[in-house]
Amino acid sequence: MGRFHIHADGTGHVHERDLEHDHGDHGDHGDHGDHERTAGDVGDHSGYKETGKTRITILENLLSENDRVADDNGRQLATSDVCAVNLMSSPGAGKTTLLRKTLESLGELLRIGVLEGDIATSLDADQLHGAGASAISVINTSAGFGGECHLDAVMVRAGMARLPLPDLDLLIIENVGNLVCPAEFRVGEHAKAMVFAVTEGEEKPLKYPVMFRAVDVVVVNKVDLLPHLDFDLEVFLANLNAVNPSAQVILASARTGEGVSEWCAWLEAQCLLVAKESST
Amino acid sequence: MHELSICNAIASTAAKHADGRSVTQVTVQIGHLRQVVPDALQFSWEVMCDATVLKDAALVIEQVPAVVECASCGVRTALDLPILACGHCEGFDVKLVSGEELVVVSIDLVDA
Repeated sequence: MGRFHIHADGTGHVHERDLEHDHGDHGDHGDHGDHERTAGDVGDHSGYKETGKTRITILENLLSENDRVADDNGRQLATSDVCAVNLMSSPGAGKTTLLRKTLESLGELLRIGVLEGDIATSLDADQLHGAGASAISVINTSAGFGGECHLDAVMVRAGMARLPLPDLDLLIIENVGNLVCPAEFRVGEHAKAMVFAVTEGEEKPLKYPVMFRAVDVVVVNKVDLLPHLDFDLEVFLANLNAVNPSAQVILASARTGEGVSEWCAWLEAQCLLVAKESST
Repeated sequence: MHELSICNAIASTAAKHADGRSVTQVTVQIGHLRQVVPDALQFSWEVMCDATVLKDAALVIEQVPAVVECASCGVRTALDLPILACGHCEGFDVKLVSGEELVVVSIDLVDA
């Protein structure tokens, strides 16, 4: 980190306040070779005292607090032997329908809890009641400043507190429908999954690489619509492979049930991995 | 897209270290793979910092290019596209060496 110290767009690095960009204190900025110096950049330490300013080096990751809570969540899940899967997608890709089918298929085999992230409603959770979930907790993200577009570790911690973790085998965290933000925030999950609908277009892995890169499995949903679309599955798979060569792909239709058993097998395999970890 | 959340995290980190002192500049590093829009972040910053110890603080955004190192040929290349491939031999066995930064680097304070 910090090795490539290029100010790519030239913005924001005009030193209007006579401040030397103090590399000496940056710790890990070892390699200054790439630092593009601008005319105003060659500061002079003597000016420092006169302007009466002090630079404090912080080097703090903005997600460090989130990651700390995510680690806590992970430990809490491990204590109860619960496998957690963070399920993400764009709005309307079919997460909730897939989840309902999942509960219908696996509800007898596994004790499944669901954390629902939703900006303003509990409509998704309402759909899942009675489908086979052992427990459902809704995290309404509209509280507070702005209405969050993702679940972060703190929100998930609050949602987990309302679930009987020791009575669960699998926790599915249904994130807010959004291809950008949810991928950035670890919440303590064991695996990340995404639902992608073929109606979204083959170029999406290239447009939203952070999301597609982050996930362990991509459920390519609504394949029953393929005969009616111009969607080129081969191109999509090549794009996905370019950004995430290790992602597992499951072709599915939550509507017809195609691929649901393969998805459920993947979930069961994740649960087994967690059980194995806890027994060693 | 979540510039406001990121801005909030920058502001709280900076304010914690400022400990009540006035801040003139906050420097952050944002990797290209983070999908942060600098203009949106600047706008959030102006809105958020009004009436705090950060109200006169400029936000300096250092953008860090996404760079991969190839396992086969050892060459490091900066990416133009979010495709994780070596720019030299086009191999896919690459390791990301930068581009995911989201770091508050430093704050500048007015001496008391």
